[in-house]
Amino acid sequence: MNFETFIFYVFSAITVFAASRVVSVRNPVFAAMFLVLTFFSCAGIWLLLEAEFLAITLVLVYVGAVMVLFLFVVMMLDVNVEPLREGFVKYLPVGLLVGAIMFIEMVLLIARSFKSDSFPAPTSAAAADYSNTEALGELLYSKYLFQFEIAAIILLVAIVAAIALTMRRRPDTKYQKPAEQINVTKADRLRVVKMTSETQQRNS
Amino acid sequence: MLDALLLTVVTLLKIAAVMLPLIICVAYLTLAERKVIGRMQVRVGPNRVGWKGLGQPFADMFKLMTKEVIIPTNSSRFLFLVAPVLSLAPALAAWAVIPFADGWVLADLNAGLLYVLAMTSVGVYGVIIAGWASNSKYAFLGAMRSAAQIVAYEIAMGFALIGVLMVAGSLNLGDIVRAQEGGFFSWFLIPLLPLAVVYFISGVAETNRAPFDVAEGESEIVAGFHVDYSGMAFAVFFLAEYANMIMIAALTSIMFLGGWMSPIDGWGDGIHWFLIKTAFCLFLFLWFRATFPRYRYDQIMRLGWKVFIPVTIVWIAVIGVAIYYGIGPWFQVRG
Repeated sequence: MNFETFIFYVFSAITVFAASRVVSVRNPVFAAMFLVLTFFSCAGIWLLLEAEFLAITLVLVYVGAVMVLFLFVVMMLDVNVEPLREGFVKYLPVGLLVGAIMFIEMVLLIARSFKSDSFPAPTSAAAADYSNTEALGELLYSKYLFQFEIAAIILLVAIVAAIALTMRRRPDTKYQKPAEQINVTKADRLRVVKMTSETQQRNS
Repeated sequence: MLDALLLTVVTLLKIAAVMLPLIICVAYLTLAERKVIGRMQVRVGPNRVGWKGLGQPFADMFKLMTKEVIIPTNSSRFLFLVAPVLSLAPALAAWAVIPFADGWVLADLNAGLLYVLAMTSVGVYGVIIAGWASNSKYAFLGAMRSAAQIVAYEIAMGFALIGVLMVAGSLNLGDIVRAQEGGFFSWFLIPLLPLAVVYFISGVAETNRAPFDVAEGESEIVAGFHVDYSGMAFAVFFLAEYANMIMIAALTSIMFLGGWMSPIDGWGDGIHWFLIKTAFCLFLFLWFRATFPRYRYDQIMRLGWKVFIPVTIVWIAVIGVAIYYGIGPWFQVRG
């Protein structure tokens, strides 16, 4: 077992452990943190495959932005854990069914790839100046341009839809208008009143 | 086997050679901050410990080290203690790809810029976890503010970096510096001025420094996310904040101020230029803190979403057109 294999097994063990803790741990905040750990160790495995762009993007997008928002929401919600566990027996058959289907699918997939002779051989290490990012960018913007653009438009529609669905315009909401705030002049705010000076009363 | 061992030892020595000066810089940045702000407010600043107060950082450090770390009741003990580490580790890890001079870099990553962006975005976990684990309303409010703020400013920051990598044609930080060769007017500061301003201000916001320090906002939420921390746990948060400041300053000087390049062509490049530029950016941090009052929370959000993001998007379009037509000495297609 060489060093890379050793590191692969370490990262895989952490990934599997963290992923199972995501569903088994009681506290939702801990579950979110375990999900972060899963992403991190996945990124480690991808780095071993010399997919450094994907690995770093995984950390950047999922760990740096998506999970922060997840944690944000999970911490704000006061999730009571006990009622969540009440229907355990009731939902068990459905869960088992879904689990069994997924298991069969994975077995089929893995068995097929192991059986075939075209099991991908370990890729030879790329040259030091080979840029994974550049190769990906070139493919995305030439060969897969349309797919890429369609994905971008779907995402844009999703953003617009999410905002449109959750936006509530209440008539009594007060907004600040910075442009108006900046444009105020002395005359709008200040009124100088001319008056004769008053002498102070002295009690003699 | 011996080769692997040697490689490990050399790498560890290199890491120590980056980390030790960094820690000393952090220690003296705290002193510089108090001195500079003191001068700006017509005070003297700390001058009692050692010659002209130069021993002050060590006095502070020993004070914090000897204090008790108090863990609040009903707090989540493990997360409470791990949060400071979570905020310090990314701040230090990001230094792996910073080129100090030509070839002086720990890891010459091809995707160095992305790596730095990923590391700075991971730093927010320390703040969020600290706020939640403390089991305190003030700490939690600070953490929530910080999370929203960092997510907002990260987008503007990322867009600003897209402009840099479009002009430089590379994600490698060393190549970005090399693309700015040839004196002050070849630096990216002038062609990318709007992006440089947006990047630096977003950097100030990401490090939770004044005037964007609503996460600690003393006037309303005491000290924000680290209100329940004491002793060494607090010191680690402090260390992370200052390490992040130096990080942002170093990145600004690499991406917009030409890194180790001298401002006048032929004056000799070297690490001293990099250090001078970084020190100048750090001075800006301190200057901001002494000058600007704290932003209100909704003003921060407005600035991030409604001002910075449109500015960066427009400038990226401008850069795209300029590169397409090869305008001026800056926008030539490289690599």
